[in-house]
Amino acid sequence: MAWLQTLDRRWIFLAMLLAVALPQLLQVRVPEKPTPLVLNVFRKIEELPEGSRVLISFDYSPSSEGELAPMAAALVRHCCEKRHRMVLMTLWPDGKPLVERAISRIIEGEYAALGLQAGRDYVNLGYRPGKEVVIKTIATSLRAEFPTDDAGTPLDDLPLTAEVTNLQDLDLLISISAGFPGLKEWVQYASSPLKLPLAVGATAVQAPQAYPYIPRQLLGILAAVKGAAEYEVALGERYPNLAIPERQDAVRRMAPQLWAHLLIIALIVLGNVAALVSRPRGGVR
Amino acid sequence: MLRNTIPWLIAACAGSVIIAAYFVPSAQGWQDTIGQWFEVLASFAFVLGGVNLAMQNLQKISAREPGWGYAAVTLMSFLVTLGVGLFKVGVPADSSGSRWGGSYQAEGSAFWWLYEYAYNPTISTIFALLAFYVASAAFRAFRWKNTEATLLLATAFIVLLGRTYAGAVLTSAIPEEYSAFTFPGLTTLIMGVVNTAGQRAIMIGIALGVAATSLKVLLGINRSYLGSGDG
Repeated sequence: MAWLQTLDRRWIFLAMLLAVALPQLLQVRVPEKPTPLVLNVFRKIEELPEGSRVLISFDYSPSSEGELAPMAAALVRHCCEKRHRMVLMTLWPDGKPLVERAISRIIEGEYAALGLQAGRDYVNLGYRPGKEVVIKTIATSLRAEFPTDDAGTPLDDLPLTAEVTNLQDLDLLISISAGFPGLKEWVQYASSPLKLPLAVGATAVQAPQAYPYIPRQLLGILAAVKGAAEYEVALGERYPNLAIPERQDAVRRMAPQLWAHLLIIALIVLGNVAALVSRPRGGVR
Repeated sequence: MLRNTIPWLIAACAGSVIIAAYFVPSAQGWQDTIGQWFEVLASFAFVLGGVNLAMQNLQKISAREPGWGYAAVTLMSFLVTLGVGLFKVGVPADSSGSRWGGSYQAEGSAFWWLYEYAYNPTISTIFALLAFYVASAAFRAFRWKNTEATLLLATAFIVLLGRTYAGAVLTSAIPEEYSAFTFPGLTTLIMGVVNTAGQRAIMIGIALGVAATSLKVLLGINRSYLGSGDG
């Protein structure tokens, strides 16, 4: 057991690399079953009548893109399938290109055949500094914060936002959040005081903070890659055109996650065995 | 007076108006105005942050402090990004044929290129490195040495297994009516009950602390945010 106590950590790094890379390269897939918190979000979007107004706030930066981009894509795809009209924004300065990417790749790319038009079917509000104050202000007046969309067109000239005065004119709020400002601020300044339906997607680190708001202030949570994978499975069951590997990024990432988790458990056990063996008999540690 | 009292009066008035707006609907217009002022100030904070970053790094470079090379890289990256954004380097011309009419981060511009091919992969890579350090820390530090550590260890095992397909497979023999005892079932219980109870207690404690501190700020008892050192 002496080798365990002097194990070079580069072997651990190599094991982690293999645990993540091999399932990805071999395209291993593991089945996922949607849980109630994910299904609550799915059903809400599904039950909204066609053409409902949905606000999606991309409250994250590229550092969390690996974890949150698949759920953002799944939610945007669902809104496109249901022909909901989307108001897109971000509270993070480096989140703006992520909104633009979702528009160019999904709305104007994958759903080009639908002919969705900027201003009529979706609006990109872009980014405003001010963090939670932005939410607090648009709760009463959208134009006080965003007089124009990101391209500089006045909101009154856009069919989608012409009739929107504030957040209360929207049918559903969604925050895809990696921290502050994010899901907590949307709960505190929008869903809770205005009694608006709010769904969130969160990183694994942030998700535990969202649970206390269930069910009255939050209707559901997509927690990390697993939450996104469950959402993709639910989407694939309802819309078979989305049950293909190219549209199931998160499902693809669950096999590397499985092996990484198993490796961490094995390392914890090995570390404890090594500590136990090296413990002096009768000694106190 | 100028350094302490006037800033406190501004903070106290703004805070009081926002509190009043919560209870008096007619005061909501004032709240929106204060919100807009705040955003103007927040935008100035970006400028201040940039100046501070430049000064700090210039100081390190001129004093040849250890690691001054990193400061040089930081400063150069900052100036290049700022320059290509401000001067719209590589921005494609808009419909009127003007390059200055296009967005500074339009696809194909130098700013867009830096975001896509420098910032994005760098920050994603740094974040991904966490997986390796978590694995190493799990091996070296996660020890079963007392009751609290044992509870933490057991919880970690359950949640790690419950959040993957392995948990479902390992406890697949458990009948459906006892699904609460499977790894996914136990994970749901831990997250929905134990975690929620703990989080709520922490959140209520924080909220009471924030309310007390805010009151001290509004009444001028705590002026440490003004840099006066008291409070």
